[in-house]
Amino acid sequence: MRSRFQQGLDDLRDKLLRMGGLAEQAIDRAAEAYRTRDAKFCQMVFTGETDINQAEREIDELALDLLAMQQPMAVDLRFILAVVKINADLERVGDQAVNIAQRVLDLISEPEVPLPVDIPKMAGSVTGMVQRALESFLDGQAEIAEAVLQMDNVVDRMKDEAFVVLVQKMISDPHMTRAALNVLLISRNLERIADHATNIAEDVIFWVRGADVRHGGAHYRS
Amino acid sequence: MGVGIEVRGLNAWYGKHLALKSIDMTVPANHVTAVIGPSGCGKSTFVRCLNRMHETIPEARADGLVKVGEMEVYGDGTDPVEIRRRIGMVFQKPNPFPTMSIYDNVAAGLRLNGFRNRKQLDELVERSLKLSALWDEVKDTLHKKSGASLSGGQQQRLCIARSLAVEPEVLLMDEPASALDPISTSKIEELIFQLKQHYTVVIVTHNMQQAARVAELTGFFLMGSLIEYDKTEKIFTTPADKRTEDYITGRFG
Repeated sequence: MRSRFQQGLDDLRDKLLRMGGLAEQAIDRAAEAYRTRDAKFCQMVFTGETDINQAEREIDELALDLLAMQQPMAVDLRFILAVVKINADLERVGDQAVNIAQRVLDLISEPEVPLPVDIPKMAGSVTGMVQRALESFLDGQAEIAEAVLQMDNVVDRMKDEAFVVLVQKMISDPHMTRAALNVLLISRNLERIADHATNIAEDVIFWVRGADVRHGGAHYRS
Repeated sequence: MGVGIEVRGLNAWYGKHLALKSIDMTVPANHVTAVIGPSGCGKSTFVRCLNRMHETIPEARADGLVKVGEMEVYGDGTDPVEIRRRIGMVFQKPNPFPTMSIYDNVAAGLRLNGFRNRKQLDELVERSLKLSALWDEVKDTLHKKSGASLSGGQQQRLCIARSLAVEPEVLLMDEPASALDPISTSKIEELIFQLKQHYTVVIVTHNMQQAARVAELTGFFLMGSLIEYDKTEKIFTTPADKRTEDYITGRFG
């Protein structure tokens, strides 16, 4: 028989995973909006954000209740702390998806111009990172979380490359500046999502191993 | 001032039952150290070995090294009465002398140690009651009221004052707040925190939140062994041993 506390922890995990699903869906829809230039997907991102915000509140409330009522210790305490932080990151992922959708709306308000940046590929990498981070959370697998940390460099590089080619484009084809700026901002939004996925992975490692791996290196409490 | 405690290879028996198995532990001076663990793990036996209370139980015995400051508790020729003067003890259930006045309760240990000077006694009683945060509540009824007339929380602070009166260096507390309501418990916890300025405190508690609140160091005992001993923050956030984690998260057993 599961204790009420264990039930509460399970509920918290399930809620966070559902929230993670909503955040992933938001990125997918934003990427789909870019790929298809269809405003319908942007609208879906905006609508979905309300659900993400609602889920964020519910998770924080449940976490607060568990902290107050059960006074968790050790791995349970680390788990709840990790959930609260991951929750905030997922909400920010939702916000970034909204930002992308807004940029896409601006992009599609003008005729399409060819830009040498593969946003769908970058979105795929970023979604992969969020998925893997959530997978590591689902199973408490620090090894998967570590792999996510490695993936961040790839996305950072994509963003840097996008920056260089888009700035060149703005100089060589000034009439494309608006579109290039929008794409630059989208690549920036995607890179921020990758950072959130990295944070999530770091929080999973903290929960599972009790090690703080933020800002390079592994810090264990002495 | 408090003194540190060194424990090396401490074993304790109840008849043939080995209740403590080769315990090594260093308790720093002027710190609060908590001892936690499930019932029967040996935590009370451990603290009772520190002032040789353990051997007062028939067929109970202990061996190993226990050094309190420079005093070898189990050394040849060490006087158990002197040990218990220097290492005070407070128990789960407040146990004031019921018919004695508040004043006489606090002065009892001093008188037993030969204090007769009234002025000195007055001073020590007042100091002890102030240290135990009871003075303001009882100063007008010191001689009129008996120890038993006080509330449970006040009785426990009276017992602490009684222990402090003989100016010990170490204070052992065995579940000192488990019979008290939350307000009295919080007063005792605040008091424990203050007392470490003057004494070394070792507290046995079933209440892990209490250990987390009052102690700088925490030792986890299981089946007569000291499983893990570390800074309290470490024990309650990232314990090194799976058994500690299982116990403090309630997954034990």
